[in-house]
Amino acid sequence: MKILKLVFKNALRHKLRTILTILGISIAVFAFGLLRTFVTSWYAGVDASAADRLIVRHSVSFIFPLPSAYTNKIKTVDNVAEVSYANWFGGTYIDKSNFFARMAVDVNTFFEVYPEFLLSDEELANFKRERNSCVIGSNLAEQYNLQIGDIMTLDGDIYPGKWDFVIRGIYQPKFNSTDANQMFFHWEYLNERMNQESPGRANFIGWFIVKVADINKSSEVSAAIDQVFKNSTAETKSETERAFQQGFLASTGAIISAMNAISFIIVGIIMLVLGNTMIMAARERTREYAVLKALGFSGSHLTTLILGESTFISLLGGAIGLAMLFPFVDVFAQFMPKGFFPAFYIETITLVLCMVAVLVIGIAAAIFPIQRAVTTRIVDGFRFVG
Amino acid sequence: MSKLIEIRDLKKSYWREKLEIPVLNNINLTIDSGEFTALMGPSGSGKTTLLNMIAGIDKPDDGSITIEGQEISSMNETALAKWRANNVGFIFQFYNLIPVLTAFENVELPLLLTKLSKAERKQQTETALKIVGLADRMDHYPKQLSGGQEQRVAIARAIVTDPLILVADEPTGDLDKASAEDILNLMELLNKEHEKTILMVTHDPHAAERAQVLHHLEKGDLIKSDKKAVQEH
Repeated sequence: MKILKLVFKNALRHKLRTILTILGISIAVFAFGLLRTFVTSWYAGVDASAADRLIVRHSVSFIFPLPSAYTNKIKTVDNVAEVSYANWFGGTYIDKSNFFARMAVDVNTFFEVYPEFLLSDEELANFKRERNSCVIGSNLAEQYNLQIGDIMTLDGDIYPGKWDFVIRGIYQPKFNSTDANQMFFHWEYLNERMNQESPGRANFIGWFIVKVADINKSSEVSAAIDQVFKNSTAETKSETERAFQQGFLASTGAIISAMNAISFIIVGIIMLVLGNTMIMAARERTREYAVLKALGFSGSHLTTLILGESTFISLLGGAIGLAMLFPFVDVFAQFMPKGFFPAFYIETITLVLCMVAVLVIGIAAAIFPIQRAVTTRIVDGFRFVG
Repeated sequence: MSKLIEIRDLKKSYWREKLEIPVLNNINLTIDSGEFTALMGPSGSGKTTLLNMIAGIDKPDDGSITIEGQEISSMNETALAKWRANNVGFIFQFYNLIPVLTAFENVELPLLLTKLSKAERKQQTETALKIVGLADRMDHYPKQLSGGQEQRVAIARAIVTDPLILVADEPTGDLDKASAEDILNLMELLNKEHEKTILMVTHDPHAAERAQVLHHLEKGDLIKSDKKAVQEH
């Protein structure tokens, strides 16, 4: 028999109490992991930002357009490797509840500045060739059962009218955090129609995407671009893609902070639950610890016994919680409306946090019982009546 | 027989708030190796306190306890724990077995502190259980044993490391007459055939009769008696 066997036997001494504690920890770890997944998914767009991309928008607000003619001027700025642009289209696909990003883009450059949208050469060539074609993300294709060659009809709101697009490409996300819920079509197609129906709105784009040659010079490039358009009718504000995405999420910061806080409160609660279990267990075994000490077992042996039991329970609870989390997140991601999160998956940091949390809980819950078991005098332990 | 335990000017008091309650007053005592000694006295006479200090689980306020040349009252807790593991076997009134461990595992427990291999531990544990007559109950848990059998397991646990001294605190206090007799026979056997030095605290004059030497305590003072004197009590 080894000390670890006694740890295991002690942990299962009150089976119901141990099972309930493990269940409590597993549910709490599951809830913690799920909340963290919500938080990290919310920030997936920020995480997916490339360090070498800048976003150039109207200095007043993102909703004001910029002249497409700025493209060539931006290209002249030092350390600018490529310039692309995009325009928010909005509109409705089948039903208003079907929310996903629909954007008019520069077909010649867009997929060069966004290499994480994986599109075959053939699909890209077909997309470029056909003015009224579009490319959609694989998640959208799966959700709406769309295939190449199918027609997507949008009801325009910002740009009124019926808009028909032929799907010529389905892009795959390169990373877990890459958003595969978007639709891209030709900005030229939009612009032609604006020229005909609403000339005052023609030749404007929503924002520029600038790929910098040297990421260490991003701030200089941003400043230089804004300087080019200073005192013009449409001044620009250039920032890194990450800062741009964070600006989008700023309005939801309070909710995310609350979710963050709740997730850590859950950790605190399970710490108290396990702490209570361990204190009860150690109190019941006061006489046994005294016997072990009398037999020659030292404080470090008792520490091993109590800490081992505590961490065994917390790690087992944590493992069960994580085992429940994976299938739940998969199912949840399938039933959740596409486009709500750029990507919904369990990040490695969430797993690390869960494991660190259960380990910390296991250790913290054992501190008081260890202190009591080690410092109680043997003779007092023998007199103890639980 | 050589001197094994030497106690000089031993004093111990307990404090209840600000009130000092003397438990042992200037105890001087010598116990020889291989001796079966009984400590008797009324409740509160200090016999268990004296036993605990000889066993190294309590410390005196003053005086010295020397066992086989080692002054144990000045040892720190870690050294004392090691000393106990190597030199003392404990037999308690309420057996104090670990309920989630089998008889074998309970007896093996003190051997986990030694460097013995698994096979050596097994052999030594089986030998101890054979000596107490429970070789056929090794896989039983304490709740599956009678009180007398539990105490036998506790005795096996006490002797498994072959300690210098066996200390027994009311070893028959929780047993029926027949079981108590069995336990006393076993202790006598350990003393006579295995030459164990035994120090036993008891209320029971019948149990004390088995001892070769009797020390009587009263209000913290020690009065020495021999076996014959016990019979006269």
